[in-house]
Amino acid sequence: MNPPTFTATPHVLRKLRRERVAALALSGMVLAMVLPLFAILAYLFVKGAPLINWAFLVTNPTDGMRAGGIWSALVGTVYLVVIALLVAAPIGVLCAVYLNEYARESWLTRLINLAVVNLAGVPSIVHALFGLGAFVLFAGLGRSILAASLTLAIMTLPVIIASTKEALNAVPVSFREACWNVGASRWQTIWRVVLPNSISGILTGVILQVSRTAGETAPIMFTGAVFFKKVADGALFPYALTDQCMALSMHLYTVTTQVNNAPEALPYAIAVVLLGAVLLVNATAIIVRSYLRSRKKW
Amino acid sequence: MNPPPVRQARSALSLWGERAIELLIRLCGISAVIFVFSIFLFVFLEGAPLIPDLNWIPVIFSPEWYPTSRSNVRYGVGAMIIGTLSVTGLAMLFAVPFGLGAAVFVSEFCGGKLKETLKVAIEMLAAIPSIVWGFIGLSVMNHLIQTWLPAPVGLNLFNAALLLALMSVPIIVSIGEDALKAVPDSYREAALALGATRWQTVYRVLLPAARNGLLAAVLLGVGRAIGETMAVLMATGHAVNIPTSLFDPIRTLTATIAAELGETAVGSPHYRMLFLIGLMLFSITFVVNLLADLAVRGVRRQ
Repeated sequence: MNPPTFTATPHVLRKLRRERVAALALSGMVLAMVLPLFAILAYLFVKGAPLINWAFLVTNPTDGMRAGGIWSALVGTVYLVVIALLVAAPIGVLCAVYLNEYARESWLTRLINLAVVNLAGVPSIVHALFGLGAFVLFAGLGRSILAASLTLAIMTLPVIIASTKEALNAVPVSFREACWNVGASRWQTIWRVVLPNSISGILTGVILQVSRTAGETAPIMFTGAVFFKKVADGALFPYALTDQCMALSMHLYTVTTQVNNAPEALPYAIAVVLLGAVLLVNATAIIVRSYLRSRKKW
Repeated sequence: MNPPPVRQARSALSLWGERAIELLIRLCGISAVIFVFSIFLFVFLEGAPLIPDLNWIPVIFSPEWYPTSRSNVRYGVGAMIIGTLSVTGLAMLFAVPFGLGAAVFVSEFCGGKLKETLKVAIEMLAAIPSIVWGFIGLSVMNHLIQTWLPAPVGLNLFNAALLLALMSVPIIVSIGEDALKAVPDSYREAALALGATRWQTVYRVLLPAARNGLLAAVLLGVGRAIGETMAVLMATGHAVNIPTSLFDPIRTLTATIAAELGETAVGSPHYRMLFLIGLMLFSITFVVNLLADLAVRGVRRQ
């Protein structure tokens, strides 16, 4: 992209100098963002790693959360995430199907798209207020796993809608037309052709939401997560849907701000487990996505 | 995308099944609208009974927040509004140049492997939960600020603004990059053919052409920063205080709700006031997102 050197008048030299300065400054900006981040993450890991082992993961907190492990919080987070996504994924996917396959450009689709954008922008603490008002009090669910999961489900809904819409949109129109031409109805086309061809993109979008849901704290604080709840060590299904539960994110908050004299490494270890789980899930989704992209047939 | 009318005879069952499914899809289609509306409704209804008892001028402008005072209860959210605005503003001061700079770099100055790697790194940055950011602020940044800067306390406006900047950069980068990608390649080719360097192309051609999309990116970053709760709860110092320097502790609207909702009795005036603060936050982010959406729509029309 370099211009031929014989045109190197002072003007051109100045222009090229500016180009180099700009490229250097911009890459500096990126480095200034990425490097401290990795430094901080490495620091968290170094401080937290000594405490993490199998026993730490599968035993319960003891001594007022100053010792022991994180089992009840870990399994609570899994409960919340799984139920939230079981609720949000079907609604979100069908909403995207409506927007992409059924709806024509009209005031209604305009309104729905606007609602999706705004739902994505609602602060997490306002979701918490809504969850408290609607699910805990109005619907009478009380502070429970169910109320907290539903709150989380509404929070993840707009992102699932957006990513599914993108996945559906990537299926070529000619696929649908071919299907219509052999006499399939709209729903048959969607079920047999559109969804199978976009399922990988849809799943990637949902998996990326696992990490976001697992990390949320504010929406579950007042709808179902508690500071401490004792369950059997290593029990796989310790909670009922109407129970309150512990969650990793909430546990990190509790241990850092409410518990005095906790061992210094403990919050670091919890943060590393939470962060590790989130980044692992995300990395999986990203790897799967790039693999599927590379072998796409159209 | 209209299918031709169905000609082949199908059983009544399958026709009714199809109709039922279509109805379900339509219902799910409007679910987002229903949810946004019911969020507004429920937050409003929980807060509404207090509205007639409030004197709005002191509530909005007074910094006196004494919701549990025995003798003289005062609900002044002025200091928290200023707290939210100052921490968001300061965060954007860091995040906008860095975010847009990174978006330009990723979109125009690098390609291939490096581009993919950076995009993944930024996606990872976006995945870090806000509670972990809060913990970083409380443990790592707190210590660093006290050691290296002339600040009496490490939990302050500056600390929270840095965290918020790091949290809103990914959204600015990804939306900004989309906006730059949406500029047709013919613009770049025309500029390069005239002998412009890449940097000249960026600031003479691409930035003006993509300005609506970049504005939307910034606005979505602002929306994210205003609504952020756990990180600012842990890193601001949480003192009701109008900041006069970078290193003063502050309190935000979001953090107030998170910190106090657990201690209030359902239906008490204090509880309702917290819902009204929530309503305020909902309205602010609603307007910000609406503006961002309008800006994006401007891009599409071009």
